[in-house]
Amino acid sequence: MATINKKRQLGRQVSIVGAGLSQFGAFPEKDSRDLFVEAFQDMVQNMDRGFDIEDIECAYVGNYSSDLFEHQGHTAPILADWLGITPIPVTRIENACASSGSALREGVMAIASGMYDVVLVGGMEKMTNLPTDGVTDVLASAADGLYEVPAGLTFPGIFGAIAKAHMDKYETNLDHLLKVAIKNHSNGALNPKAQFQETVTQMMERRISRAQERGQEVPDYKTDMDFLNDPKANPWIAWPLRLYDCAPITDGATCVLLVSEEIAYNFTDVPISIAGIGQASGKPLHDSDELTSLSAAKAASQQAYDMAGITVADIDLAEVHDCFTIAEIVATEDLGFFSPGEGPRAVDEGRTARDGDHPINTSGGLKAKGHPVGASGVGQVIEIYKQLRGEAGERQVKKTDPTVGVTHNVGGTGGTCVVNVLRRES
Amino acid sequence: MASEFNSRAFYSKLKEDKTLVGVKCQDCGHLSPEPRPMCPECHGFNMEWHAFSGKAKLSTFTCISIVPVKMAAKGYGRDKPYCTGIVALEEGPRISAMINGVDGTNPQSIKTGMDMVLDADDLDEDSPALAFRPA
Repeated sequence: MATINKKRQLGRQVSIVGAGLSQFGAFPEKDSRDLFVEAFQDMVQNMDRGFDIEDIECAYVGNYSSDLFEHQGHTAPILADWLGITPIPVTRIENACASSGSALREGVMAIASGMYDVVLVGGMEKMTNLPTDGVTDVLASAADGLYEVPAGLTFPGIFGAIAKAHMDKYETNLDHLLKVAIKNHSNGALNPKAQFQETVTQMMERRISRAQERGQEVPDYKTDMDFLNDPKANPWIAWPLRLYDCAPITDGATCVLLVSEEIAYNFTDVPISIAGIGQASGKPLHDSDELTSLSAAKAASQQAYDMAGITVADIDLAEVHDCFTIAEIVATEDLGFFSPGEGPRAVDEGRTARDGDHPINTSGGLKAKGHPVGASGVGQVIEIYKQLRGEAGERQVKKTDPTVGVTHNVGGTGGTCVVNVLRRES
Repeated sequence: MASEFNSRAFYSKLKEDKTLVGVKCQDCGHLSPEPRPMCPECHGFNMEWHAFSGKAKLSTFTCISIVPVKMAAKGYGRDKPYCTGIVALEEGPRISAMINGVDGTNPQSIKTGMDMVLDADDLDEDSPALAFRPA
């Protein structure tokens, strides 16, 4: 741990000048390369001053497991071919659900090193080819295959165990978890790229009207919580986590264009700088110091805050890795927004809502926007990019003039965490 | 020199000796239930086998209803969730383990902090799993 706390600086500053994402959802007709081209097209069409694709010098793409999801390894050169950018170097980065967070970091360092000026980074995952138990197995392979998986732990199972530990140690209860889902679905309802564009109330009403149409017994829900406490509507996945505590299985892709600070204004009047980057590794949950916190998230956020020269008080909003509702609560504590055990109360008090003092996951988060695992890290960066530029439409945060946003991207069950600090400089 | 401290040895000792055998660092005394050739604490390469007592306390757990393919083959699923979690061994380290002898359909009946013992009685021949049950 001695060297990780050393304050680090980039060789030169790096800016984001373009961002694009595919529609998130289930698309049986599309392969991951198609999703990536869709994200790239979205980026190209939304560049402020356009750009020449031939100017891209290098690319990094995050992808967890096209090998197991699509029987396709070595995806990077395929993307280079599909974008027509061969022979530039393109590299796939795999760090489970933090794959594109790590890909972005590689892109930042490639520019900061002075080697390149224009780098494309992104991520993609095509998950819906497999049935749920197959996806469960693929995701579980991000945990320790020798000592966690044989013990029957799944990906939701490990976060279920974290939730139980949090409930034992603090006053966390099942309602706190569900309130995270309600909030994130209310944000996702305003995101045209989200997999779920409905509030929990809308989903409840749809279930009621479907029962009426089919002449079935009509559920007597009065509130969102009635609906979410119905085991038929919200079955257990890994107690204490239910369906609505879990991010969905998603197809999707994301990309951003990184350039050196010197040329950023050639592309836009409002570049977003990457003021701080941090990444850390962590042990399996059973060997971690605490069962209610991810040590890698604490270490990565400290690195990123130090590099950016900020404190928590400077942060206007954050996209955090809510692969499960408990993961969002733990993230808001690990990032220092709330002290340990205070995360649940902050949810209760609406502090993490769009109009709260710490808006979290305005995109809908992984929960509602969707979680194409290898694409999610850059997806988070795109939401902060849009919010800081005032381009988030109906879901724009209520705070006036947000200037600093943070992303928190977790790989597996905390084995990797990537934290970025983004800042609007103009 | 190839190390003998690996997962194959871990599971064969579990199956044949009915004992949780991990490693101890001869340099700094660090204990690891997972056999490994190198000490993660002092970075030394002088590990030795260490038999754990098999006594533990339940640290945390989950009851899994959406199960992996292998557990589905054993009859687990929505109607029959299984319990798994993390135990703290008497000697200090924690380890992930199946939790046997509890009711996976009634998580409220399962108490963290309760005394557990190694359950190596009924191990799967092809894919043995570390398991504990209430003492």
